[in-house]
Amino acid sequence: MRAGSNLEKVLAAGRFAVAVEMGPPKGTDLDFIRRKAEHLRGMADAVNVTDNQTAVVHMSSIAAAAVLSQMGIEPVVQMVCRDRNRIAMQSDILGASALGIRNILCISGDHPSFGNQKSARKVYDVDSIQLLSLVKRLRDEGKFLGCDDAVRGPVPMFIGAAANPFAMPYELRAQRLAKKIEAGADFVQTQCVFDVAMFRQWMARVRDLGLDARCSIMAGVIPPKSLRMAEYMKQHVPGIIIPDDIVKRLAGVPKEKAGDEGIRIACEIIEQVREIRGVAGVHIMPIEWEHRVPEIVERAGLLPRPSV
Amino acid sequence: MVKAIRKPLEEIVELVGGRARVLVVGCGGCTSVCLAGGQRETLALAAELAECRRQGRAPIETACWTVERQCDAQYLAELEEMTGKCDCVLSMACGAGAQHLAEAYPALPVFPAVNTTFVGIDRDVGLYEERCRTCGDCMLGYTGGICPVARCAKSIFNGPCGGTHADGTCEVGEVPCAWNAIYERLKGQGRLEGILNFRAPMGWIDKGPGAFVQRGYEPRYPTKQGARQ
Repeated sequence: MRAGSNLEKVLAAGRFAVAVEMGPPKGTDLDFIRRKAEHLRGMADAVNVTDNQTAVVHMSSIAAAAVLSQMGIEPVVQMVCRDRNRIAMQSDILGASALGIRNILCISGDHPSFGNQKSARKVYDVDSIQLLSLVKRLRDEGKFLGCDDAVRGPVPMFIGAAANPFAMPYELRAQRLAKKIEAGADFVQTQCVFDVAMFRQWMARVRDLGLDARCSIMAGVIPPKSLRMAEYMKQHVPGIIIPDDIVKRLAGVPKEKAGDEGIRIACEIIEQVREIRGVAGVHIMPIEWEHRVPEIVERAGLLPRPSV
Repeated sequence: MVKAIRKPLEEIVELVGGRARVLVVGCGGCTSVCLAGGQRETLALAAELAECRRQGRAPIETACWTVERQCDAQYLAELEEMTGKCDCVLSMACGAGAQHLAEAYPALPVFPAVNTTFVGIDRDVGLYEERCRTCGDCMLGYTGGICPVARCAKSIFNGPCGGTHADGTCEVGEVPCAWNAIYERLKGQGRLEGILNFRAPMGWIDKGPGAFVQRGYEPRYPTKQGARQ
């Protein structure tokens, strides 16, 4: 055990793991977090807490994750490279660890131009792969970045990375995952899968490189809530590929039934990726649809969550 | 070279305020080449200023002079007499040149008339593209001659991020994804190994104003050794 988090234990036990993502509020309302998190209790092995997603200001991911911890729901704190330099990052990782947070997802973060602070000075002092190595160094060597200064006390973090099988250059993507594992990734959560065939190809390459044995791979799943959302993601969200037949399915049902169809699609994708060798779990990103997560995990046959 | 763009007239007018005698100083170096602050642009700015002030019934007296390079002290000396006859100076050099001019004539208000934007190339006449952030630790050797600091929207060293579009463009704007381009070029040259290995965090040179002594000139500046290398 590297960190002893529930997510790590579930994966280490060889159980098919479930993570669900939730976003902190755009404000100070803790009840908002508690309400959303209650929907997820018992539905996931860990809950990702996003870090100012889409570069829009939200409550701090560490603060919101600490609230989840207090509720007895295990968080994965997400940390982006966009807003902090290496001093602030290391400081925040120590703080998160001291608050009992045991999982961290290291990602680049959406560019400021997508958010509500378009004129912000972007930081990217270290990139996501360098952040992985920084956390690993704090945890395994007990040392700060670039110096031999010792960290007081352990930093038990189960270290996560993101991977996108659906962005150019496709043939480099598995190798980039190898780089992330080399740097420190214990688990990886992928960009949402709609094109299962393409995901399967990427997984084949991942297995060829032996990466599934070195890192737990969790396939990302987004339930399309409506035809509009699917079309928007297809047209405008970079690095997401949505096959036409999924759009057709959503278009083929009455508008008020599209959400149900979206959940059916998500459940089918979960069942399909679960069959792919080397896939260790799923990462569900409900995008403000936390209340429908119980239905998804139930129908996808992911309940009850194991107690390890 | 350094690239710059003229500030909007309204901003320049505001900077000048009610001053009656203005010296517009062009630069024959970079800003002249990128058509922002050479002799022609000093004359154009002076004319625009004069017209604006005439309409506002606050006439202005302008003089224009373009020096070889504002970043070199030997060319600033020739402004001595002219600076004695003006209430402020508008510098059309880059930020370095404007500061150098301000340093040479500390009693005079020196205002910038251009915005210095980047170090770039001339794609065509009047069309410039950024290529360098002067980060001080050139990575081009392992990135196939394409700078990830200047040309990747996230300036990442172990790219590409997950946002590359299917057509190879960046998720931010209509520019090529630098890392996709790096990959393609290195693949073509058969030397991908440079980007398959982990690249450690950059040692940013961000310690305040940099200065350095060019190799071979060390004996001349013994007290400046190691200022920025």
